Amino acid sequence: MRVLYPFVAVLALILVAFLGGKVTGLQYMLGVVLPYLAFGVFIVGFCNRVMQWSKSPVPFRIPTTCGQGKSLPWIKQDRLDCPNNKLEVVGRMILEIFAFRSLFRNTRAEVHDGPKLVYGSSKSLWLFAILFHYAFLVIVLRHLRLFTEPIPFFVPLLEMGDGMMQMGVPRLYATDIVFLAAIAFLFLRRVSLRHIRYISLPADYFPLILIFAIGVTGLLMRYYYRVDITAIKQLTAGLASFSPILPAGIHPIFFIHVTLVCVLMAYFPFSKLMHLGGVFLSPTRNMSNNSRSVRHINPWNDPAIKPHSYAAYEDEFREFMKDAEIPVEKE
Amino acid sequence: MYDKGKIVPGLIIFVGLMLFAIFNNAGQKPQPPKLEKPEGYKECVLPVEEMKQSHMVLLNEWRDEVIREGKREQVKVGGKMFDKSLQRGCMHCHTSKKKFCDVCHEFASVYPYCWDCHIAPQRDMADQEAK
Repeated sequence: MRVLYPFVAVLALILVAFLGGKVTGLQYMLGVVLPYLAFGVFIVGFCNRVMQWSKSPVPFRIPTTCGQGKSLPWIKQDRLDCPNNKLEVVGRMILEIFAFRSLFRNTRAEVHDGPKLVYGSSKSLWLFAILFHYAFLVIVLRHLRLFTEPIPFFVPLLEMGDGMMQMGVPRLYATDIVFLAAIAFLFLRRVSLRHIRYISLPADYFPLILIFAIGVTGLLMRYYYRVDITAIKQLTAGLASFSPILPAGIHPIFFIHVTLVCVLMAYFPFSKLMHLGGVFLSPTRNMSNNSRSVRHINPWNDPAIKPHSYAAYEDEFREFMKDAEIPVEKE
Repeated sequence: MYDKGKIVPGLIIFVGLMLFAIFNNAGQKPQPPKLEKPEGYKECVLPVEEMKQSHMVLLNEWRDEVIREGKREQVKVGGKMFDKSLQRGCMHCHTSKKKFCDVCHEFASVYPYCWDCHIAPQRDMADQEAK
């Protein structure tokens, strides 16, 4: 059920977009109005979500420490896994964001005969996650060729590198294959491993299925239907320069692709996909573990409330304590 | 709001990156590419729509047939014979690479590797030398 609903939802979206792509009035809706709306929801929703997060105080230092913290001078500190200052935190964050270091530490627990519990390294999640994210990044950057006029210099360079194998026409992009393979792996991982399936919700499956459908429609557009790219660029570059024109005769598959992308953008700020912004704000990663050397004051402390030592407390309540036969330090 | 000094600049950078295409295109209206049609020829080897979509597939097939299988027979379309060749077939009518091929290819950022081996027709060369 938890796989079925998202799957049906994506199928329904495809069907709506396909029917809409055939009707001329709806082509304008799907090709011009919907992208602007979805992009607006994406930008405003994203900023709004981050602003909401920024209102949550983090009163304590809560970094996850995965190594030796700063201690006596002859004990070697693990500077990346237990950062003590800003520079070390920046190093940790850069590796987290660009190399997915937390996923690299992923382990697998297995019960062997005995019974004996064994933890082993499990790098496949890290590998396919990093392949997926970088392929997605390259694909998004490559799409700039459709939105920019003049086209910035790095787009043809990316295309050249990506199509380096010169397989077939239009040239096969390596990232297209890597992207689909990686997302297929991430999906199969969720459905085939019992314990992962148990904790998977429709909100986990929906983005996977949606992004897979976006990838497949994109590939169909490029390699199978070979849609009229100049007509499409007139529409997409027009969108980015606020003068959209809708040329006639664009294949319905284009509208399916665009509709799915718009759904992804509009869904983004309300979903787990917000880890795009969230990775920067994860307090267990971006705080230094220096609570032994720096005094951190709870941000919502009332400055009018002064520290109250035990001696002062006893002075205040000595008589009552004596009456209740509670031992006091000073008679 | 906590950590204003980091979150606000971060969001500004994010929005700036997301709007990159809009800044890049500012003040420009993308013009649809205009091709120079060959003079005196009305028909191509395939109908216009099919050529638009699939000329690259046809060229790839021709390359395989001619170079790898040695089948150099001419193609007969509408009573006319065409050479199965980029330079002597296609470019016989579409004489300018610059005014035909490149117009759409540059618009869509497509850089086919035809010209790694082929030499663009003489008229382009003459145009370049004249500059």
